[in-house]
Amino acid sequence: MEPIVVAKNLTKSYTKGLRALDNVSLTVDQGKVLVVMGPSGSGKSTLIRTFNGLETFDKGELNILGIKVDSTHDERKVQRIRRKVGMVFQQFNLFPHLSILENITLAPIHVQKRRQTEAEEYGMYLLSQMGIDSHAKKYPNQLSGGEQQRVAIARALALRPELLLFDEPTSALDPERINEVLDAIRRLAEQGMTMVVVTHEIGFAKDVSDQVLFMDSGKVIETSPPNIFFSNARHERSRKFLNQLDNQ
Amino acid sequence: MKINKKSVLQLGVCIIFFGGLGILINNLTINLIRTGLGFNFTWLFKPASFALAEHPLPYTSSDSYAWAIFIGWLNSLKVIVSSLILATFLGTLIGLARTGKNFLLGIISAGYITVVRQTPLLLQLMFWYFVGFLSLNDNMFIQIKNIFNISNEGIEFSGLTFSSEFLALFLGLSVFTSAYIAEVIRGGILSVSGGQWEAFRSLGLSEREGITRIIIPQALPAIIPGLTSQYLNLAKNSTLAIAVGYSDIYAINDTIINQTGRAIECFIILLISFLLLNLVITNTMEIMNKLTLKSKKYG
Ligand SMILES: Nc1ncnc2c1ncn2[C@@H]1O[C@H](COP(=O)(O)OP(=O)(O)OP(=O)(O)O)[C@@H](O)[C@H]1O
Ligand SMILES: [Mg+2]
Repeated sequence: MEPIVVAKNLTKSYTKGLRALDNVSLTVDQGKVLVVMGPSGSGKSTLIRTFNGLETFDKGELNILGIKVDSTHDERKVQRIRRKVGMVFQQFNLFPHLSILENITLAPIHVQKRRQTEAEEYGMYLLSQMGIDSHAKKYPNQLSGGEQQRVAIARALALRPELLLFDEPTSALDPERINEVLDAIRRLAEQGMTMVVVTHEIGFAKDVSDQVLFMDSGKVIETSPPNIFFSNARHERSRKFLNQLDNQ
Repeated sequence: MKINKKSVLQLGVCIIFFGGLGILINNLTINLIRTGLGFNFTWLFKPASFALAEHPLPYTSSDSYAWAIFIGWLNSLKVIVSSLILATFLGTLIGLARTGKNFLLGIISAGYITVVRQTPLLLQLMFWYFVGFLSLNDNMFIQIKNIFNISNEGIEFSGLTFSSEFLALFLGLSVFTSAYIAEVIRGGILSVSGGQWEAFRSLGLSEREGITRIIIPQALPAIIPGLTSQYLNLAKNSTLAIAVGYSDIYAINDTIINQTGRAIECFIILLISFLLLNLVITNTMEIMNKLTLKSKKYG
């Protein structure tokens, strides 16, 4: 079967001479979870944001769910990709002027043109999966950070995506709220959702990932299965990074 | 009794205010005595005996001054309301183009804003009047199947006619105000966090849908106060009608003052007219503000 994500030699500079992505190649197969790790500024966000066209790139090729895009950033193709790929952000980015349920039904109604009752029914199902269906009528600022992030996950799931992208989903949360979000992501992994997750949570990365990709200065340093990466990383730089994380 | 700072300040303000008022009333009585007119409004019901080029309701020179003033009021209202609508429409488009991703549109709208804001309104009105309309001479008129008719007399559009004077003022005010409104809209849009754009884009919403459903609703609380002050400016700037010979309330009162010498009464009429008009604008915008704040239960 064709992989869900294939990136070939992705290269991007925001400013001349400084590569945010430097020849990045990777593959994510159906039902697999790729965890992306690396120091701040290594290009993790830039990389996963190219997967749904939030970021363009200068060189290389990308194949997302069979849709091929290159540096020309064909808007129509990007739009097709976005209908099949969900994204969850560090800062939640819920729409503050819409209720929780409206946040979730917005895209199904206006992008997929589903009927409102159908979108709401599925929205309520997703909220109950996330354990927050009692908040459906509330507004985002009435919820805790952990609850907001679970709403954001439900919103990303509402388009029934075939790929989910997470950019540090727990970095803005209080420590006691982190697990409720990580547990929700774990359940999605168990259900066979294909995911790319940028995270610094080692314990979570160990259980959930099929592969760990380690980046530094826009380059892929290594891609290893978690049992190898976390106990016996191949590269000196990876080991150094893990040591620093442990010491925090 | 202890005298605190605040009550001393209040007393000072009162003395200045009533002192100033006293001087003004004194001046007024002296002037009224000198002109020998006496302060009254009975002259309002005498025939105005001047013609008006532009009257939305029937008017002849044998109608009263009061009726002439009312016609002026309607003329002012007509140009203010129509300019307000066009200025908002143009301003929104330009403001969006200025914030949008399209480089060329961004440059063009930035240029438009700069040029319009750097030239005096009076000059722009003259431009529209002399360059835009008067230069169209009699034998050079454009006719499209009798629905659209442009000449130096103005524009005729399916039965409705608009004079060159009205059009010059209407376009001048709209274009001038739109540049300021564009900046207000841009400021409002920039007040919405970038994460909101990323969120709607990643959900597959088009730019147009994202802007109308996600960005504008959140930008409105920041836009409305700025918009209100631009509307008030537009209403006040409409008195420049006199420069292009459009019979607005100010121009008509100016004629009446020249004819009758009733300067003080006319100023009072003008003052009340603009106070009322601006109160209507402010209150309408206040209601809109409340509505957006209400729909913004998250506030
Ligand atoms: N919009 C931008 N304009 C200019 N430079 C940028 C922009 N976004 C990112 N960069 C630069 O690109 C490089 C990679 O940034 P990126 O945000 O992808 O890193 P990251 O690995 O996600 O870091 P973090 O862990 O801090 O989120 C950094 O050097 C960053 O300064
Ligand atoms: Mg990042």
